[in-house]
Amino acid sequence: MTFDYAPAPESRSVVDIAPSYGLFLDGEFVPASDGKVFKTVSPSTEEVLSEVAQASAEDVDRAVKAARKAFEKWSALPGAERAKYLFRIARLLQERSRELAVLESLDNGKPIRESRDADLPLVAAHFFYYAGWADKLDHAGYGADPRPLGVAGQVIPWNFPLLMLAWKIAPALATGNTVVLKPAETTPLSALFFADICRQAGLPKGVVNILTGDGSTGASLVGHPGIDKVAFTGSTEVGKAIARTVAGTDKKVTLELGGKAANIVFDDAPLDQAVEGIVNGIFFNQGHVCCAGSRLLVQESVADELLDALKRRMRTLRVGDPLDKNTDIGAINSAEQLARITALADAGEAEGAERWSPSCELPSSGYWFAPTLFTGVTQAHRIAREEIFGPVLSVLTFRTPAEAVEKANNTPYGLSAGIWTEKGSRMLWMANKLRAGIVWSNTFNKFDPASPFGGYKESGYGREGGRHGLEAYLAPSSPEGAR
Amino acid sequence: MNTVDRLSVLKTYKLYVGGKFPRSESGRVYEVTDSKGAWLANAPLASRKDARDAVVAARKAFGGWSGATAYNRGQILYRVAEMLEGRRDQFTAEVAAAEGLSKAKAAAQVDAAVDRWVWYAGWSDKVAQIAGAANPVAGPYFNLSSPEPTGVVAVLAPQDSSFLGLVSVIAPAIVTGNTVVVTAAEGAPLPALSLAEVLATSDLPGGVVNILSGRTAELGAPLAAHQDVNALDLAGADDGLATELEKAAADNLKRVLRPGTVNWTADPGTGRMLSFLETKTVWHPMGV
Repeated sequence: MTFDYAPAPESRSVVDIAPSYGLFLDGEFVPASDGKVFKTVSPSTEEVLSEVAQASAEDVDRAVKAARKAFEKWSALPGAERAKYLFRIARLLQERSRELAVLESLDNGKPIRESRDADLPLVAAHFFYYAGWADKLDHAGYGADPRPLGVAGQVIPWNFPLLMLAWKIAPALATGNTVVLKPAETTPLSALFFADICRQAGLPKGVVNILTGDGSTGASLVGHPGIDKVAFTGSTEVGKAIARTVAGTDKKVTLELGGKAANIVFDDAPLDQAVEGIVNGIFFNQGHVCCAGSRLLVQESVADELLDALKRRMRTLRVGDPLDKNTDIGAINSAEQLARITALADAGEAEGAERWSPSCELPSSGYWFAPTLFTGVTQAHRIAREEIFGPVLSVLTFRTPAEAVEKANNTPYGLSAGIWTEKGSRMLWMANKLRAGIVWSNTFNKFDPASPFGGYKESGYGREGGRHGLEAYLAPSSPEGAR
Repeated sequence: MNTVDRLSVLKTYKLYVGGKFPRSESGRVYEVTDSKGAWLANAPLASRKDARDAVVAARKAFGGWSGATAYNRGQILYRVAEMLEGRRDQFTAEVAAAEGLSKAKAAAQVDAAVDRWVWYAGWSDKVAQIAGAANPVAGPYFNLSSPEPTGVVAVLAPQDSSFLGLVSVIAPAIVTGNTVVVTAAEGAPLPALSLAEVLATSDLPGGVVNILSGRTAELGAPLAAHQDVNALDLAGADDGLATELEKAAADNLKRVLRPGTVNWTADPGTGRMLSFLETKTVWHPMGV
C-alpha cells in the first residue's frame, strides 16, 4: 500500500509584493535615472511578481557617492554601536523570516523547506556572527586598530539571493565599510525587502544601497573609480572579467566563483549515509550551488550497489511547487539557466554517457528539470568538466585512493569536495591531498557563519565567513601589506 | 718576489633551474655593470623558454616541498642562513658593486638578509597556528581551517634591493610550502645568481627556488600568462607592467600581490606569507 502526499502549500498571504520597486539609494527608494524597469517572474509559474528599476551608470555613481558620504560617519562609529545595528538587523530578519522565506521561494523557485530551514536561519546567523566582531576587530589577528577599506561594491548571484547578501553585507558593515550591492537580475526582491529592514533598524542613510539591474549595472559598479573593494559571487567567466577590470587599481577583490566538486565514496563508506550526502550534494537547491557535489567518484567495488541505492532514493524525490512543504526540488531559476542545463545534459548523451532520471511528472508551466544521473562518464566529457549548475550528477569510478585524488583534482576549479569513508586516517590523508577550499567528510553542503568558505584555483580568491572573512574588508595591517 | 697582480678568475654566472645551473637555452647574455658603469660580468639573458622550464621544475618540486613537514622546511631555511653567513664577504662585495653602496652599508644589507632567513625559518611551524582556526559551528561537527600553500608562485624580485629585497620575497613564499620562479633585479642580478649557489648547497630540494636573470618585462609576460602558475608577486614591476601582468594573470585567476613602496629593512609582517596561502576548511560529523 502506498500513501500519496496531499498538497501542503505554504500561504502566500504572509508576503506583500508591491507592483513596482525603485532603487534603494541613500536611504530612499527612487526610480532609475532614465526610468528603465524590468520584470521579475516566479520561475515556477512564469507569473510576473513585480517590476524593478534598472540602475544606470548614473545611478551607480549616485549610490557610490551616497555610500562614500555615509562612510565617514559609519566608520567613525564605535564598533559597539555598529554591532548594535547589526544585531537589530539580525533580530528583524528572524522576526520576518517566514515572510522572507516565502518571498525567496516565489522569486527564486527554491523549495520552501530549504528557504525556511536553510537560507533564512543562516541569513540571521551571519548578521549575529559579524555583529559580534564589530567591537572586537583588534582581536581578529589583523593588527591593532585595523581600518575599513571604504566603499564596497558587491555583486551577488541568484541561487541564494538573501544568503549571499548576508555573506556580503554583514562583514562589510561590521568592519566599518559602506556598501553598494547589486542583486541578481532574476532575484531582486529579497534584497529590496532587506532595504526595508535597514529602514526598520534605523540604519543611517547611505550605509547600505541596493541597485537592481543586469550585468551592465554590475560592470558599472565594479569599474567605478569611487569604490575601494569589489566582492563578487558568480561565474568564473565573470570573475575573470572582474579581475581584469580591477588590474592596476588599488581595489581589493574577493571572488567566489564556480566549482565542479568531487564527492568521493570509498568502499568502506556507510552507503546509506553516503546516498543521503550525494543527494544533498547535488540536488540541494536544484543543484544551483557553486560547491555542489556534481562529480560522484565511487570506488569500483561498490559502484553497482551504491548506484542502485542512489536510484532508489532519487525515485522518492518530489519535484514541483516550491511553496509545497513536501517539495524536494523546485523550479530552475530562469529560462536561460534551463536552456544551459538542457544543453549540457544533451552533450552528455551525445558524448556517450548514459542518462537516467526517475519518472516524474513536471509542471506544465515554469522552468523544470528532472533530477538526472549520468553513468559511464569519462573525465573528457563536458558533463565532467563544466559546471552545469543544475540537478545533474556525473558518476565516475576509481580503484585506488591515489586515482581518486588524481581524478578529483583534475579540474581548474577548487571550491569543495566530499569524502565518504569510515577510516579516519584515510579521510585525513584524502582531505590533505584535495585542492579544494572546503572538504566535507561524511557530510556535504554544510554552511555556518563561523566557518570560512572559498576556493582554490579558478574557484576564486578570498574567504567568506569566520574570522577569515573579515580580512576581505580590512586594510592591510603589515607594513608591506597583503593583497 | 713577483709584484705582478694576480689575474683573478672570473665567474661565469648561470641560471638556477630545477637544482641545476644551465646557461640560457637562448645562448644570450647581457652586460651587467656596477653603479658607475664598469663591467662586472655577463649575466644570462633568460628567454621565455627558460621561464617555462623553470615553471615545470617548480611544479615538479611542489609535491615534495609542500608535503614536507613544517619542521623540516624550517630546518632547511635555517640552513640557508648558515650557508649565507659563511659567504658574508662575497655577498657584501657583490651587493656593494651592484648597488653602489659602501662596504659597511652593503654588509648591513647582507646581515639583514641572513637574519630574515632565520626569521622566516622560524615561521614554518607557526604560521598554521596564526592563520588557521577551529571553527565553532552551530552543529555537531568538527570544523577546522588550515592554511595551505597555493602552488607555484612567480616572483618579480624588487629592482631596488638586489639582495635583501630578493630574500624578502623568496623566503615568505617558500617557507609555507610554495615553490617559486624568481626573476632577479634586471640591473643587478649577480647577488641573486650567487644566492643560487647557496640554495644548491642548503638541502633545499632542486626546483623549489628557480632563479632567472634577464629582462623583467620579457620574463614576466609568459609567467603571468602561464596556466600552471598559481600566484604572482609583482614586487619588481613598474606600474605599467604591473597592470599588464595583472590582466594576464586573470586568465587562470592567479593570486596577485601588487607592487608597492616597501622599506625592505622594516619588519615585514606576515602579509607576504599570507598572500600565498589558501585556507582549507574540513568538516566532519561528531557523534558516537
